[in-house]
Amino acid sequence: MSFDYDKWIRPGKLPHIWCPGCGHGIVMKGLIRALDTLQLKKENTAIVSGIGCASRLPGYMDCCTLHTAHGRAAAFATGVKMARPDMNVILCGGDGDGTAIGGNHFIHACRRNIDMTYIIMNNKIYGMTGGQFSPCTPTGDKASTTPYGNPDPGFDIAKLAIGAGASFVARGTAFHANQIDKLIAEAIQHKGFSVVEILDDCPTTYGRRNKYKSVIEMMNKLKEIAVPVKAAEKMDPEQLKGKVLTGVLYKEDKPEYCEQYQKVIERAQGAAK
Amino acid sequence: MEKKLPTIEIIEKYCKGCHICVEFCPKQVLEMRGFVVAVKDLEACIKCMQCELRCPDFAIKVTA
Ligand SMILES: Cc1ncc(C[n+]2csc(CCOP(=O)(O)OP(=O)(O)O)c2C)c(N)n1
Ligand code: SF4
Ligand code: SF4
Ligand code: SF4
Ligand SMILES: [Mg+2]
Repeated sequence: MSFDYDKWIRPGKLPHIWCPGCGHGIVMKGLIRALDTLQLKKENTAIVSGIGCASRLPGYMDCCTLHTAHGRAAAFATGVKMARPDMNVILCGGDGDGTAIGGNHFIHACRRNIDMTYIIMNNKIYGMTGGQFSPCTPTGDKASTTPYGNPDPGFDIAKLAIGAGASFVARGTAFHANQIDKLIAEAIQHKGFSVVEILDDCPTTYGRRNKYKSVIEMMNKLKEIAVPVKAAEKMDPEQLKGKVLTGVLYKEDKPEYCEQYQKVIERAQGAAK
Repeated sequence: MEKKLPTIEIIEKYCKGCHICVEFCPKQVLEMRGFVVAVKDLEACIKCMQCELRCPDFAIKVTA
Protein backbone atom coordinates (compact mmCIF):
# COMPACT_ATOMS: atom_id res chain seq x y z
CA MET A 1 0.00 0.00 0.00
CA SER A 2 1.25 3.45 -0.89
CA PHE A 3 2.49 5.36 2.16
CA ASP A 4 0.80 8.67 2.93
CA TYR A 5 3.72 11.05 3.46
CA ASP A 6 1.46 14.08 3.11
CA LYS A 7 0.25 13.89 6.68
CA TRP A 8 3.71 15.01 7.88
CA ILE A 9 4.49 17.44 5.04
CA ARG A 10 3.71 21.12 5.53
CA PRO A 11 0.98 21.87 2.96
CA GLY A 12 2.18 23.43 -0.28
CA LYS A 13 5.90 22.91 0.41
CA LEU A 14 6.64 20.30 -2.26
CA PRO A 15 8.51 20.02 -4.56
CA HIS A 16 11.52 20.49 -2.31
CA ILE A 17 14.67 22.35 -3.39
CA TRP A 18 17.07 19.40 -3.33
CA CYS A 19 18.77 18.46 -6.63
CA PRO A 20 17.74 15.44 -8.71
CA GLY A 21 18.89 12.30 -6.92
CA CYS A 22 19.98 14.06 -3.70
CA GLY A 23 19.57 11.57 -0.86
CA HIS A 24 18.25 14.12 1.63
CA GLY A 25 14.72 13.48 0.35
CA ILE A 26 15.12 9.74 0.94
CA VAL A 27 16.20 10.47 4.52
CA MET A 28 13.23 12.79 5.07
CA LYS A 29 10.88 10.03 3.90
CA GLY A 30 12.54 7.61 6.33
CA LEU A 31 12.06 10.10 9.16
CA ILE A 32 8.37 10.50 8.28
CA ARG A 33 7.83 6.73 8.30
CA ALA A 34 9.56 6.54 11.71
CA LEU A 35 7.31 9.29 13.13
CA ASP A 36 4.31 7.41 11.77
CA THR A 37 5.46 4.06 13.22
CA LEU A 38 5.85 5.64 16.65
CA GLN A 39 2.58 7.57 16.27
CA LEU A 40 4.19 10.73 17.59
CA LYS A 41 2.03 13.80 18.01
CA LYS A 42 2.94 16.85 15.92
CA GLU A 43 2.58 19.26 18.82
CA ASN A 44 4.96 17.08 20.82
CA THR A 45 7.61 16.68 18.16
CA ALA A 46 10.29 19.30 17.44
CA ILE A 47 12.71 19.03 14.55
CA VAL A 48 15.73 21.31 14.81
CA SER A 49 18.43 21.97 12.23
CA GLY A 50 21.41 24.20 11.48
CA ILE A 51 22.29 25.46 7.99
CA GLY A 52 22.98 23.57 4.78
CA CYS A 53 21.02 21.61 2.19
CA ALA A 54 20.39 18.84 4.75
CA SER A 55 19.33 21.44 7.29
CA ARG A 56 16.48 22.54 5.02
CA LEU A 57 14.61 19.41 6.08
CA PRO A 58 12.53 20.84 8.97
CA GLY A 59 11.11 23.51 6.66
CA TYR A 60 9.12 20.80 4.89
CA MET A 61 7.83 19.12 8.02
CA ASP A 62 4.42 19.75 9.50
CA CYS A 63 5.26 19.77 13.21
CA CYS A 64 7.22 22.04 15.58
CA THR A 65 10.35 23.07 13.69
CA LEU A 66 13.38 25.28 14.20
CA HIS A 67 15.83 26.22 11.44
CA THR A 68 18.66 27.82 13.40
CA ALA A 69 22.25 29.02 12.88
CA HIS A 70 25.03 27.06 11.20
CA GLY A 71 26.26 24.27 13.48
CA ARG A 72 23.98 25.30 16.32
CA ALA A 73 21.15 22.77 16.08
CA ALA A 74 22.35 20.97 19.21
CA ALA A 75 22.44 24.19 21.23
CA PHE A 76 18.91 25.26 20.25
CA ALA A 77 17.58 21.72 20.59
CA THR A 78 19.08 21.45 24.09
CA GLY A 79 17.15 24.58 25.02
CA VAL A 80 13.90 23.08 23.72
CA LYS A 81 14.48 19.80 25.54
CA MET A 82 15.43 21.43 28.86
CA ALA A 83 12.34 23.63 28.75
CA ARG A 84 10.05 20.81 27.62
CA PRO A 85 11.52 17.41 28.56
CA ASP A 86 8.22 15.82 27.50
CA MET A 87 8.86 16.70 23.86
CA ASN A 88 10.44 14.43 21.26
CA VAL A 89 13.37 16.47 20.00
CA ILE A 90 14.98 15.48 16.73
CA LEU A 91 18.01 17.25 15.26
CA CYS A 92 19.06 17.01 11.67
CA GLY A 93 21.71 18.42 9.41
CA GLY A 94 24.74 17.72 7.26
CA ASP A 95 28.28 16.57 7.91
CA GLY A 96 29.63 20.10 7.54
CA ASP A 97 27.08 21.61 9.87
CA GLY A 98 27.53 18.89 12.47
CA THR A 99 31.24 18.10 12.44
CA ALA A 100 32.94 21.33 11.33
CA ILE A 101 31.34 24.52 12.67
CA GLY A 102 29.04 22.51 14.95
CA GLY A 103 31.58 19.92 16.04
CA ASN A 104 31.83 21.28 19.56
CA HIS A 105 28.08 21.34 20.10
CA PHE A 106 27.88 17.83 18.71
CA ILE A 107 30.44 16.27 21.08
CA HIS A 108 29.00 18.01 24.12
CA ALA A 109 25.45 16.91 23.36
CA CYS A 110 26.88 13.38 23.15
CA ARG A 111 28.75 13.83 26.43
CA ARG A 112 25.67 15.06 28.26
CA ASN A 113 23.60 12.19 26.94
CA ILE A 114 20.54 14.41 26.64
CA ASP A 115 17.49 12.54 25.34
CA MET A 116 17.38 13.69 21.71
CA THR A 117 17.92 12.05 18.33
CA TYR A 118 20.41 13.47 15.85
CA ILE A 119 20.10 12.50 12.19
CA ILE A 120 23.28 13.45 10.39
CA MET A 121 23.20 13.29 6.60
CA ASN A 122 26.79 12.65 5.60
CA ASN A 123 27.41 13.40 1.93
CA LYS A 124 31.10 14.11 2.67
CA ILE A 125 30.94 17.69 1.38
CA TYR A 126 29.53 21.18 1.91
CA GLY A 127 26.78 20.78 -0.68
CA MET A 128 24.96 24.07 -0.26
CA THR A 129 27.94 26.35 -0.71
CA GLY A 130 29.32 24.65 -3.80
CA GLY A 131 31.39 21.71 -2.65
CA GLN A 132 34.10 22.74 -0.20
CA PHE A 133 35.63 19.79 1.68
CA SER A 134 34.22 18.94 5.09
CA PRO A 135 35.78 17.10 8.03
CA CYS A 136 34.12 13.98 6.57
CA THR A 137 35.69 14.20 3.10
CA PRO A 138 37.95 11.16 2.75
CA THR A 139 41.68 11.53 2.06
CA GLY A 140 42.41 12.03 -1.61
CA ASP A 141 38.88 13.07 -2.61
CA LYS A 142 38.24 16.23 -4.56
CA ALA A 143 36.33 19.27 -3.42
CA SER A 144 36.31 22.84 -4.70
CA THR A 145 38.89 23.65 -2.02
CA THR A 146 40.94 20.47 -2.57
CA PRO A 147 41.24 20.31 -6.37
CA TYR A 148 44.41 18.19 -6.09
CA GLY A 149 42.95 15.80 -3.53
CA ASN A 150 42.17 16.22 0.15
CA PRO A 151 45.24 15.74 2.38
CA ASP A 152 43.13 15.39 5.57
CA PRO A 153 41.75 12.13 6.92
CA GLY A 154 37.96 12.20 7.41
CA PHE A 155 36.09 11.77 10.69
CA ASP A 156 34.30 8.54 11.46
CA ILE A 157 31.11 10.13 12.82
CA ALA A 158 29.94 7.00 14.61
CA LYS A 159 33.26 6.51 16.44
CA LEU A 160 33.34 10.20 17.29
CA ALA A 161 29.83 9.97 18.77
CA ILE A 162 30.61 6.84 20.77
CA GLY A 163 33.86 8.31 22.04
CA ALA A 164 32.12 11.51 23.08
CA GLY A 165 29.49 9.62 25.09
CA ALA A 166 26.40 9.16 22.90
CA SER A 167 24.44 6.20 24.22
CA PHE A 168 22.92 5.05 20.90
CA VAL A 169 24.77 5.16 17.59
CA ALA A 170 23.53 3.75 14.29
CA ARG A 171 24.45 4.05 10.63
CA GLY A 172 22.45 3.57 7.46
CA THR A 173 22.66 4.69 3.85
CA ALA A 174 20.43 6.52 1.41
CA PHE A 175 20.43 3.39 -0.76
CA HIS A 176 19.08 1.19 2.04
CA ALA A 177 15.91 3.26 2.26
CA ASN A 178 13.78 0.73 4.10
CA GLN A 179 16.27 0.57 6.98
CA ILE A 180 16.30 4.33 7.61
CA ASP A 181 12.91 4.50 9.34
CA LYS A 182 13.75 1.53 11.56
CA LEU A 183 17.04 3.04 12.72
CA ILE A 184 15.44 6.43 13.38
CA ALA A 185 12.49 4.88 15.24
CA GLU A 186 14.82 2.88 17.49
CA ALA A 187 16.94 5.98 18.07
CA ILE A 188 13.91 8.05 19.10
CA GLN A 189 12.78 5.32 21.48
CA HIS A 190 16.19 5.10 23.12
CA LYS A 191 16.50 7.27 26.23
CA GLY A 192 19.65 9.34 25.84
CA PHE A 193 21.51 11.05 23.01
CA SER A 194 21.09 8.99 19.84
CA VAL A 195 23.06 9.56 16.68
CA VAL A 196 21.92 8.16 13.33
CA GLU A 197 24.42 8.75 10.56
CA ILE A 198 23.04 8.28 7.06
CA LEU A 199 25.67 7.94 4.34
CA ASP A 200 24.20 10.18 1.73
CA ASP A 201 24.92 11.36 -1.80
CA CYS A 202 25.45 14.80 -3.28
CA PRO A 203 25.62 14.21 -7.01
CA THR A 204 25.92 17.93 -7.73
CA THR A 205 29.00 18.99 -5.81
CA TYR A 206 30.65 15.72 -4.77
CA GLY A 207 29.69 13.14 -7.38
CA ARG A 208 30.73 15.10 -10.41
CA ARG A 209 34.12 16.05 -8.98
CA ASN A 210 34.86 12.52 -7.85
CA LYS A 211 34.21 10.78 -11.15
CA TYR A 212 30.76 9.40 -10.49
CA LYS A 213 29.01 9.40 -13.84
CA SER A 214 25.54 9.45 -12.32
CA VAL A 215 23.54 9.32 -9.13
CA ILE A 216 22.99 5.63 -9.89
CA GLU A 217 26.74 5.02 -9.58
CA MET A 218 26.68 6.81 -6.22
CA MET A 219 23.78 4.66 -5.04
CA ASN A 220 25.54 1.51 -6.19
CA LYS A 221 28.63 2.54 -4.28
CA LEU A 222 26.59 2.89 -1.08
CA LYS A 223 25.12 -0.54 -1.76
CA GLU A 224 28.57 -2.04 -2.30
CA ILE A 225 30.33 -0.63 0.79
CA ALA A 226 27.60 -1.23 3.38
CA VAL A 227 27.92 -4.32 5.56
CA PRO A 228 25.35 -5.00 8.30
CA VAL A 229 27.02 -5.39 11.73
CA LYS A 230 25.77 -8.98 12.06
CA ALA A 231 27.27 -10.00 8.72
CA ALA A 232 30.55 -8.27 9.59
CA GLU A 233 31.01 -10.55 12.62
CA LYS A 234 31.62 -13.44 10.24
CA MET A 235 34.03 -11.54 8.00
CA ASP A 236 37.81 -11.19 8.38
CA PRO A 237 39.65 -7.84 8.20
CA GLU A 238 40.66 -8.48 4.59
CA GLN A 239 37.02 -8.87 3.53
CA LEU A 240 36.06 -5.75 5.48
CA LYS A 241 38.56 -3.52 3.70
CA GLY A 242 36.82 -0.50 2.21
CA LYS A 243 33.48 -1.42 3.82
CA VAL A 244 31.43 0.47 6.39
CA LEU A 245 29.29 -1.11 9.06
CA THR A 246 25.56 -0.41 9.08
CA GLY A 247 22.82 -0.99 11.63
CA VAL A 248 22.87 -0.28 15.36
CA LEU A 249 26.56 0.09 16.19
CA TYR A 250 26.34 0.97 19.88
CA LYS A 251 23.74 1.04 22.62
CA GLU A 252 24.13 1.66 26.34
CA ASP A 253 21.86 2.57 29.24
CA LYS A 254 23.28 5.43 31.23
CA PRO A 255 22.06 8.53 33.13
CA GLU A 256 20.16 10.98 30.96
CA TYR A 257 20.79 14.72 31.27
CA CYS A 258 17.27 16.08 31.90
CA GLU A 259 16.77 13.57 34.69
CA GLN A 260 20.14 14.42 36.21
CA TYR A 261 19.28 18.11 36.01
CA GLN A 262 15.94 17.51 37.70
CA LYS A 263 17.83 15.98 40.61
CA VAL A 264 19.96 19.13 40.84
CA ILE A 265 16.77 21.21 41.00
CA GLU A 266 15.39 19.02 43.76
CA ARG A 267 18.64 19.19 45.76
CA ALA A 268 18.74 22.96 45.40
CA GLN A 269 15.10 23.28 46.50
CA GLY A 270 15.79 21.01 49.46
CA ALA A 271 18.76 23.13 50.49
CA ALA A 272 16.69 26.31 50.26
CA LYS A 273 14.05 25.06 52.69
CA MET B 1 -8.42 -15.41 -13.72
CA GLU B 2 -7.29 -11.94 -14.63
CA LYS B 3 -4.72 -10.56 -12.19
CA LYS B 4 -5.42 -7.24 -10.54
CA LEU B 5 -3.01 -4.59 -11.74
CA PRO B 6 -1.55 -2.05 -9.32
CA THR B 7 -1.92 1.67 -9.87
CA ILE B 8 1.32 3.58 -10.33
CA GLU B 9 0.76 7.28 -9.89
CA ILE B 10 3.48 9.64 -11.06
CA ILE B 11 3.31 13.20 -9.82
CA GLU B 12 5.01 14.85 -12.76
CA LYS B 13 5.43 18.24 -11.14
CA TYR B 14 7.52 16.63 -8.37
CA CYS B 15 9.58 14.22 -10.52
CA LYS B 16 13.11 15.49 -11.19
CA GLY B 17 14.06 12.67 -13.53
CA CYS B 18 16.85 11.30 -11.33
CA HIS B 19 16.43 7.78 -12.71
CA ILE B 20 16.60 6.08 -9.31
CA CYS B 21 13.20 4.40 -9.59
CA VAL B 22 13.87 3.25 -13.17
CA GLU B 23 17.24 1.76 -12.29
CA PHE B 24 16.29 -0.08 -9.11
CA CYS B 25 12.95 -1.48 -10.25
CA PRO B 26 13.59 -5.23 -10.40
CA LYS B 27 11.13 -5.70 -13.28
CA GLN B 28 11.91 -2.80 -15.63
CA VAL B 29 8.40 -1.43 -15.27
CA LEU B 30 9.46 2.20 -15.58
CA GLU B 31 11.24 4.30 -18.16
CA MET B 32 12.17 7.92 -18.72
CA ARG B 33 10.08 9.94 -21.12
CA GLY B 34 11.82 13.21 -21.55
CA PHE B 35 12.61 14.59 -18.11
CA VAL B 36 10.04 12.62 -16.16
CA VAL B 37 9.40 8.98 -15.44
CA ALA B 38 6.60 6.99 -17.07
CA VAL B 39 5.14 3.50 -16.78
CA LYS B 40 6.33 1.22 -19.58
CA ASP B 41 5.06 -2.20 -18.52
CA LEU B 42 2.47 -2.18 -15.73
CA GLU B 43 1.77 -5.91 -16.11
CA ALA B 44 5.34 -6.71 -15.01
CA CYS B 45 5.00 -4.82 -11.71
CA ILE B 46 5.33 -7.05 -8.65
CA LYS B 47 4.26 -4.27 -6.23
CA CYS B 48 7.56 -4.46 -4.34
CA MET B 49 7.34 -0.70 -3.62
CA GLN B 50 11.06 -0.15 -4.16
CA CYS B 51 10.39 2.75 -6.51
CA GLU B 52 8.11 4.54 -4.04
CA LEU B 53 10.52 3.90 -1.16
CA ARG B 54 13.59 5.24 -2.97
CA CYS B 55 12.19 8.24 -4.84
CA PRO B 56 13.79 11.29 -3.16
CA ASP B 57 11.02 13.53 -4.47
CA PHE B 58 7.74 11.99 -3.26
CA ALA B 59 6.87 11.64 -6.96
CA ILE B 60 5.79 8.03 -7.35
CA LYS B 61 3.07 6.09 -5.55
CA VAL B 62 2.21 2.45 -5.98
CA THR B 63 -1.17 1.21 -4.83
CA ALA B 64 -1.68 -2.55 -4.95
C1 LIG C 1 28.33 31.08 10.25
C2 LIG C 1 28.23 30.53 8.85
N1 LIG C 1 29.33 30.14 8.21
C3 LIG C 1 29.26 29.63 6.97
C4 LIG C 1 28.05 29.53 6.33
C5 LIG C 1 27.99 29.01 4.92
N2 LIG C 1 27.49 27.64 4.84
C6 LIG C 1 26.19 27.43 4.57
S1 LIG C 1 25.81 25.80 4.45
C7 LIG C 1 27.43 25.36 4.74
C8 LIG C 1 27.88 23.92 4.75
C9 LIG C 1 26.80 22.92 4.62
O1 LIG C 1 27.32 21.64 4.53
P1 LIG C 1 26.57 20.42 5.20
O2 LIG C 1 26.20 20.72 6.58
O3 LIG C 1 27.42 19.21 4.98
O4 LIG C 1 25.20 20.32 4.39
P2 LIG C 1 24.89 19.89 2.88
O5 LIG C 1 24.68 21.18 2.16
O6 LIG C 1 26.08 19.13 2.38
O7 LIG C 1 23.67 19.06 2.98
C10 LIG C 1 28.23 26.49 4.93
C11 LIG C 1 29.68 26.46 5.18
C12 LIG C 1 26.91 29.96 7.03
N3 LIG C 1 25.68 29.86 6.50
N4 LIG C 1 27.00 30.45 8.28
S1 SF4 D 1 23.95 20.53 -3.67
FE1 SF4 D 1 24.20 18.40 -3.06
S2 SF4 D 1 23.40 18.29 -0.97
FE2 SF4 D 1 22.64 20.19 -1.89
S3 SF4 D 1 20.63 19.66 -2.73
FE3 SF4 D 1 22.13 19.45 -4.39
S4 SF4 D 1 22.72 17.28 -4.32
FE4 SF4 D 1 21.71 17.75 -2.35
S1 SF4 E 1 6.53 -1.56 -7.30
FE1 SF4 E 1 8.45 -2.65 -7.70
S2 SF4 E 1 8.09 -3.73 -9.60
FE2 SF4 E 1 6.48 -2.18 -9.46
S3 SF4 E 1 7.31 -0.41 -10.53
FE3 SF4 E 1 7.85 -0.14 -8.41
S4 SF4 E 1 9.91 -1.03 -8.22
FE4 SF4 E 1 9.02 -1.78 -10.15
S1 SF4 F 1 12.89 8.40 -8.37
FE1 SF4 F 1 11.28 9.96 -8.23
S2 SF4 F 1 12.20 11.87 -8.97
FE2 SF4 F 1 13.54 10.17 -9.61
S3 SF4 F 1 12.83 9.67 -11.68
FE3 SF4 F 1 11.72 8.33 -10.30
S4 SF4 F 1 9.81 9.41 -9.80
FE4 SF4 F 1 11.19 10.90 -10.74
MG1 LIG G 1 27.30 17.80 3.51
